[in-house]
Amino acid sequence: MSEKNDDLKKVVNQALAEQKVPHVKLDKMKPSTVDIDKLTKPSKETHQEYWGKGLTFLAIVLIILLVVSIIGFVGEHGLATFFSDHVNIIHFLTSTDWDPTQGKNHVGALAMIVTSFLVTLISALIAAPFAIAVALFMTEYSSKRSAKFLQSVTELLVGIPSVVYGFLGLTIIVPAIRNIFGGTGFGILAATLVLFVMVLPTITSLTVDALKAVPTELKNSSAALGATRWQTIYHVILRASTSRILTAIIFGMARAFGEALAVQMVIGNAVLMPYNLVSPSATLTSQLTSQMGNTVMGTLPNNALWSLALLLLLMSLLFNFLVHLIGKKGKK
Amino acid sequence: MHAKRNDKIATVFIYIFVAIVICILAGILGEILITGLPHLSWHFLSSSASSFQAGGGVRDQLFNSVYLLILTIAISLPIALGAAIYLSEYAKDNWITNTIRTSIEILSSLPSIVVGLFGYLLFVIQFNLGFSIISGALALTFFNLPILTSNIEQALEGVPQSQREAGQALGLSNWKTIRGIVLPAALPGILTGIVLSAGRVFGEAAALIYTAGQSGSTIDYSNWNAFSPTSFLNVMRPAETLAVHIWKVNTEGIIPDATIVSAATSALLVIVVIIFNFGARALGNMLYRKLTASNTK
Repeated sequence: MSEKNDDLKKVVNQALAEQKVPHVKLDKMKPSTVDIDKLTKPSKETHQEYWGKGLTFLAIVLIILLVVSIIGFVGEHGLATFFSDHVNIIHFLTSTDWDPTQGKNHVGALAMIVTSFLVTLISALIAAPFAIAVALFMTEYSSKRSAKFLQSVTELLVGIPSVVYGFLGLTIIVPAIRNIFGGTGFGILAATLVLFVMVLPTITSLTVDALKAVPTELKNSSAALGATRWQTIYHVILRASTSRILTAIIFGMARAFGEALAVQMVIGNAVLMPYNLVSPSATLTSQLTSQMGNTVMGTLPNNALWSLALLLLLMSLLFNFLVHLIGKKGKK
Repeated sequence: MHAKRNDKIATVFIYIFVAIVICILAGILGEILITGLPHLSWHFLSSSASSFQAGGGVRDQLFNSVYLLILTIAISLPIALGAAIYLSEYAKDNWITNTIRTSIEILSSLPSIVVGLFGYLLFVIQFNLGFSIISGALALTFFNLPILTSNIEQALEGVPQSQREAGQALGLSNWKTIRGIVLPAALPGILTGIVLSAGRVFGEAAALIYTAGQSGSTIDYSNWNAFSPTSFLNVMRPAETLAVHIWKVNTEGIIPDATIVSAATSALLVIVVIIFNFGARALGNMLYRKLTASNTK
């Protein structure tokens, strides 16, 4: 290191000696006062840079550590059902016999898996046309002012806590279903309606973004060809934004699939294979919410619940993957 | 004339769909406010909850919600700010950045019940903190981090590139430029982002029922010693928030006036969310005008 510094000193001194038009600043420095140590050290600015970059990167590391440990912890406990309690994973996914306190042959989650998928799919399928209609209305039909009003209402509805939706479902939807169809009123239909209202604003606001991203030139050229408004919407706008609208629907489905309390309040919480839309049932999330406090850590009933949590986590990863996949296809 | 007829039919259908949605939305907001507001009295806000009789209030739940919100923001803001600065200012466009972004997206799409259960596993059981405010605040931090990070990142990216170039032209380091130029310019957007995410944290319940707990302890509001078990500032005591309270009175159904209590609490929550939503926008606009001396808007 010192050899290198000596070399550098030699070069600097030689340069100073050789310069024909003495530079004001170099001249003032005088060859004897050249501080090689200072020249070779990082400047104050560089230090600040390391400091700032390090500090902000630390925050990133924390977040990544968090994601990894969530997946790790939930995975570890969720897989314990299969590795230390020796539950057959095929049995877990295909049996409807859910009574983990009775031993490892009674851990079948199919009823909850089917219910979770049913409420998610039905609510997203009902919500999608409404959301697209409202989004089209906001971007193509209405005046700017009413579009802005609708947008703030949608934002407000996205922000309403899910327990409030659950409470409304419990006091309005469940009694209504009880009166119309009989039975208790709790069940997939009630959960679907609550989730429909919950995911509607989510899908709507994302669809509005998708429609706004369609270039105006496309709309103008369609109008210039004499197309009616509906022809423009159907053949140009919706085609151009298909992939982003799909992404919006998947986001809505992810929200519906992971929603716990609102669903738990109206689904009835009986782990039974749903035989119709108004029979009490249970989803993965509702079972987790209502049972986690009743089991002891490390026992089979508890581990079985963690397996449900793992399943939820994997589904959320799958939804993420789908969004990425569609996003990539849309770009092509 | 098919095209024109179809156009008219489509228009009619879209208007019908929109009318239905508006009816639903108005019905929801109206129902919450009309059934809840009459019960939302000062007595309700200032008396403690009753465990089996009618006539209880939500004083402790309201305080717990606010306290948890403040703690959560205090913990998550520095981390989210750092992460957002890294992503918008330092990150290069390579696979590492992509991995970071993907993991933040994963975190933001995780169901809140999974985040809550992770908090339960890590803090309540592993670290032996029990059902406590601090466990709840940390679980809410996990839930809040990705949203806050992306809100702040958007605010930072709204600052024009020329501002950064001006800083660098003065010979400032990137870090100095960020702290001295970019952050102040992005402040209105950052504050709006914080308030918006605060609205979500305030109403979150699923992440809390297994971390902050479902029951309150006796709280003494005159005890300022944060280490005393009855102090309202103690972070180790279990705490039930407003949202958890709605869930609990409805699923346990012990108190006879559960519907009234939850209607009033729902109205309270919705009003707070409305205040947060409009407050965020008003705050952002006001700060923007003050800091940039512009008269637009």
